[in-house]
Amino acid sequence: MDNNSQSSIGLYKNTFLAGLWNENPVFRLMLGMCPTLAVTGAVKPAFTMGCCVIFVLICSNIVVSLMRNLLKPHLRIMMFTLTIATFVTIADLILKAFLPDMSDALGPYVPLIIVNCIIICRAEACASKNGMFISIIDAIGMGLGFTLTLCVLASIRELLATGAIFEVQILSLKESGGWFVPLAAFSMPIGAFVTLGLMLGLINLVSKKRS
Amino acid sequence: MDTFTTMLLAFISLVLVNNLVFTKFLGICPYLGVSGRIDMAFGMGLAVTFVVMLSGTLTWLIDHLILIGTPLEVTRYVCFILVIAGAVQLVEMYVRKFFPPLYDSLGIFLPLITTNCAILGLCLFINLWEIDNLLEAVVRSFGAGVGFTMAICIMAGIRENLELADVPKCLRGVPITLITAGLLTLAFMGFSGMIK
Repeated sequence: MDNNSQSSIGLYKNTFLAGLWNENPVFRLMLGMCPTLAVTGAVKPAFTMGCCVIFVLICSNIVVSLMRNLLKPHLRIMMFTLTIATFVTIADLILKAFLPDMSDALGPYVPLIIVNCIIICRAEACASKNGMFISIIDAIGMGLGFTLTLCVLASIRELLATGAIFEVQILSLKESGGWFVPLAAFSMPIGAFVTLGLMLGLINLVSKKRS
Repeated sequence: MDTFTTMLLAFISLVLVNNLVFTKFLGICPYLGVSGRIDMAFGMGLAVTFVVMLSGTLTWLIDHLILIGTPLEVTRYVCFILVIAGAVQLVEMYVRKFFPPLYDSLGIFLPLITTNCAILGLCLFINLWEIDNLLEAVVRSFGAGVGFTMAICIMAGIRENLELADVPKCLRGVPITLITAGLLTLAFMGFSGMIK
């Protein structure tokens, strides 16, 4: 009994940690690239986006794992998408009501969470095969992994494009007497692609050195 | 004549200036996944063009004939994704019947068109830009499809040559593709400002 509960705790821990690094959705699985590139111009929208994804991921994983025994194989993707679309609608309405400026800044990228591959991937790979509790743990791990990645990427881009992180000025700008000349390119599409590309390269390098 | 100019501008705007892949980051997954060979990329582009036209038109109709002005408006995303999933199913059946080799080579990427953000993205943008005539919605969806096909074919062409290049080991594969895509967006930024 004791042994059993210990191994299940280990399982939960592994599931949780997998999302953060080993199976990090962006760096390892290359899922959810569109929002990763699109909303990381600044940290604030990236963080909001991450929270929305965590919310949708947890809710959809709960529902999918509850209905996993009722699913017919050829209709399951359809059921996943409809479940996700429902929760995304809820998240969108909440954002519109309480954070209208963030809702404007994110624009169509909030409803686009519906087609974010991470959520369908987790529904398919985890929630449709496992019980509710482990699906929730998995959703939190994956969601946090995604949010952290978004925030790291967004911090780099925001710092280089405006000299600020989370709208707090860190580097003193040239126009106000400092030394830093903002690199506008990093707020543009090229900044998104190149920063992510270089980060992936760096991670490849680090994980190769380790092994 | 006036409508013709508007339509032409709408088309060019979505192919070159507001290209969904390069400026809105939509459809990145197939863009990275299928762009290994030109013929596959082109097949994928055609399939996406067809689906995006069909779903762009249908969602505009549903939005304007049924949803707008009623409490049902909250179900917009659910309706959109249903239409797209239906359209993809149609294309899948058609390709399997008439182009079996293409069906085999696209594999899992064909049903995954459902989750291609370019398609849902375009439907949402059409809704967001408040386009109120059907013809313009059709032209814009077609432009988006052509823009996507062009982007993925350019990328496939570059990647075929990139295989011969001496890329640092840690950058091989996805990282160098992303950096290449970044440089491509820089080239396409040259078109911005051409149309307001």
